[in-house]
Amino acid sequence: MIERLGRRTVDAIKAVGGFGQFVQDLVRAVPDVAVWGRLTFVQMRRVGVDSLPVALFIAAFTGVVLALQASYTFTGAVPLYFVGTLVGKSMMLELGPVLAGLALAGRVGASMAAELGTMKVTEQVDALETLAYDPQSFLVLPRVLAGTTMVPVVVALAVLTGIVTGWLASFALLDLSTQEFVKGLRLFYRVKDTWFGLFKSATFGCTITLVGCVVGLSTRGGAEGVGRSTTRAVVYSAVLLLVLDAFWALVLLR
Amino acid sequence: MIEFRDLHKAFDGRPVLAGFTLHVKDGETIVIIGYSGTGKSVALKHVVGLLQPDAGDVIVDGQAVSLLDRAALTALRREIGFVFQFAALFDSMSVFENVALGLRRRDLGEDAIAARVREALALVDLTGAEDRYPAELSGGMRKRVGIARAIALRPRYILYDEPTTGLDPVTSAVIDELLVRTRKHLGVTGVVVTHDMRSAYTVGDRIAMLYDGKIRQVGTVAQIRETEDPVVRQFIEGRPA
Repeated sequence: MIERLGRRTVDAIKAVGGFGQFVQDLVRAVPDVAVWGRLTFVQMRRVGVDSLPVALFIAAFTGVVLALQASYTFTGAVPLYFVGTLVGKSMMLELGPVLAGLALAGRVGASMAAELGTMKVTEQVDALETLAYDPQSFLVLPRVLAGTTMVPVVVALAVLTGIVTGWLASFALLDLSTQEFVKGLRLFYRVKDTWFGLFKSATFGCTITLVGCVVGLSTRGGAEGVGRSTTRAVVYSAVLLLVLDAFWALVLLR
Repeated sequence: MIEFRDLHKAFDGRPVLAGFTLHVKDGETIVIIGYSGTGKSVALKHVVGLLQPDAGDVIVDGQAVSLLDRAALTALRREIGFVFQFAALFDSMSVFENVALGLRRRDLGEDAIAARVREALALVDLTGAEDRYPAELSGGMRKRVGIARAIALRPRYILYDEPTTGLDPVTSAVIDELLVRTRKHLGVTGVVVTHDMRSAYTVGDRIAMLYDGKIRQVGTVAQIRETEDPVVRQFIEGRPA
């Protein structure tokens, strides 16, 4: 029991040390713009454009459900135009970033862990090194930069989609006029709502891609190891995302 | 010159290399033979700094590899071509891009890179395969692309990790012939890791047997063929214990 606890503590300390070393190596790769510059655009397309359908799909239905649930909750007690307030605030501050983030953790994080894990176990990462490339600048930095910059873009479009579908549902199903919906939407709006959601999304994007890369590059074994890494990347990303969500609420919304 | 100097390496407490010492002379091709899992590839990976030794070191051109900083290690790697056991080609890149990748780290224009890629592919008899992807190639062709990727860099040293493993006898002979041709054409120093004795006899100037983490015997092909060491004899004759 004590031995197992000791071993786990040592493993945890090693993991933290390993992550610190990983981040240090990543920072060291920053001047190598000639390598990561071109590759970042490729990753931006993969993280951003290719993730849009799933993020927008989730946001569209979330907007509808938010409008209907708000109307159900407010019936008789709160003016109906508050539906616009609730849809807007919820999408911008919480549901847009978190739901899109979780969807991207499954799509982007898993795919990066699987891709880099396969490259690791088939010696492609070693081959890169022997060809005088730093895997941090060739593989990691483009992905992390793409995640950090493109996830906010995906979230912004998801938020917009959620608000539009919320408005359409209010208009078609709740008999709420467009003017009333917009009135509610603007009622408690603050510019901070926008930048908070986007800033939080950027940290989500950075976390998802960083976890995908760290887990992928630490893959050992064959296909089974790649499978384990893929699952681990999704679980770690999702957990960290929710912890970060609470952290930013605590730090920035009080 | 490459010198393995009293190299020690263990994984999870299990020693793999335990005092591995070997000198590779300039211009020669030395073949390291040994049973599977005895650390032949591990030794090779120390030469390019992919692994750090627990003790001892590999000395390349007078430099201790484990003591080099990042920039010096990168410079050293430019002098060394590495052919991986399963070729380690990048799946998402065409044959051309795979071979050109290392050249893009050098101050070469696109025309010069294209010329070097064509030259390297011609040397491995793969002219016309530039636009194909690794998934479309046979095992032997993948190995040849791996060799082309290494020789396109015009390195001073080439390290081959099990170049004929998993190939049929005819394709293995083609790869052996290619290794000999590459050496004649480029005059490089080579280290080949294999347990394929036919290949070892064909491509090697000298053969060294790795056993129990260290060199059991090293000698010319003729000396190894005539050896009276029972361990080496058993291995080269392929006799069960």
